[in-house]
Amino acid sequence: MLAGNTAYVIPGDYESIATTNLSSSASSITFSSIPATYEHLQVRAIMRLGGSDYLTTTFNSSTAVTARHRLNADGSTVSAGGGSGTGQDFGPYPTNSNAANIFGVLILDIFDYKNTNKYKTYRFFNGFELNGSGQIYLQSTTAATTNAITSIEFATYSGTGFVANTHFALYGIRSA
Amino acid sequence: MPATYEPIATTTLSSAAASVTFSSISGSYTDLVLICSPAQTTQGQGDLHFRFNSDTGSNYSFTRLTGTGSSALSSRGTNTSFINFENYGYPSDILGNSNQIVQIMNYSNTTTYKTALGRANSPETGLEASVGMWRNTAAITSITCFMNVGTLKSGSTFTLYGIKAA
Repeated sequence: MLAGNTAYVIPGDYESIATTNLSSSASSITFSSIPATYEHLQVRAIMRLGGSDYLTTTFNSSTAVTARHRLNADGSTVSAGGGSGTGQDFGPYPTNSNAANIFGVLILDIFDYKNTNKYKTYRFFNGFELNGSGQIYLQSTTAATTNAITSIEFATYSGTGFVANTHFALYGIRSA
Repeated sequence: MPATYEPIATTTLSSAAASVTFSSISGSYTDLVLICSPAQTTQGQGDLHFRFNSDTGSNYSFTRLTGTGSSALSSRGTNTSFINFENYGYPSDILGNSNQIVQIMNYSNTTTYKTALGRANSPETGLEASVGMWRNTAAITSITCFMNVGTLKSGSTFTLYGIKAA
């Protein structure tokens, strides 16, 4: 990929599958009936949570997770951590206790989502800014399932949910 | 199926310049992706900064995660007049030795402040993963990329893409 050349993504190889833009609060956002048309999936989102909470990502209604690791920074300190089992994804997001209009952002890549011969590893690039504090996160997680992913549910660990104007968009990336 | 990920504009500098601006950006997309392949005239002289809609007020902030080759660092800017996604991943003086990718999320909505994710890569000096915010609810219609000191070298390239949602 070289900037200055023509588009590095051929039109039609990166497609919008579905989008949810919340007009009011919701406890979860689900993309279902995801076709097996693509090779990889990408989710692009802005979000604000109902309270101090963490995002959870669930494939096919299964919470099976093998492992997760993160590398993050808060403006002064770099941290790393890991975990296993089910539970929240790393990285808090802005809430209603933060200044109005501030939303966190997320780009989530899910690789080989329809391959039935291996577990699914996905990566997060997410963060938020509060003008004086903020966090940037790199994370990878493996879901211990060989099933093709046909649905993705985003929710919050403690159930505070998402507020209005939270926006999730799902894209598919084709192979040759 | 209509194109979802489209090139909007490309600038390749034919001579040294202090800045590059993409203007009259339409609201047709959901997100913007800016691929920068900058080089600066003098190594280590300056940093690549970003502004939206020509706003020079102290309305920006950013948080960075840096790898220097020997350590990991974090830094931030508060109430700045620009976003700077790099600390060690600043533009090299050699074309092709550094790049920056900026993901501007939901740039055209008029409800939220605008937050962007940035990656800066300059293998000679370091790299970053960063987040930056512009505290303004206006739709972004222009992006200015500029060196705080010195100039961008001839041959530097900047390409802006738009991503549409369903």
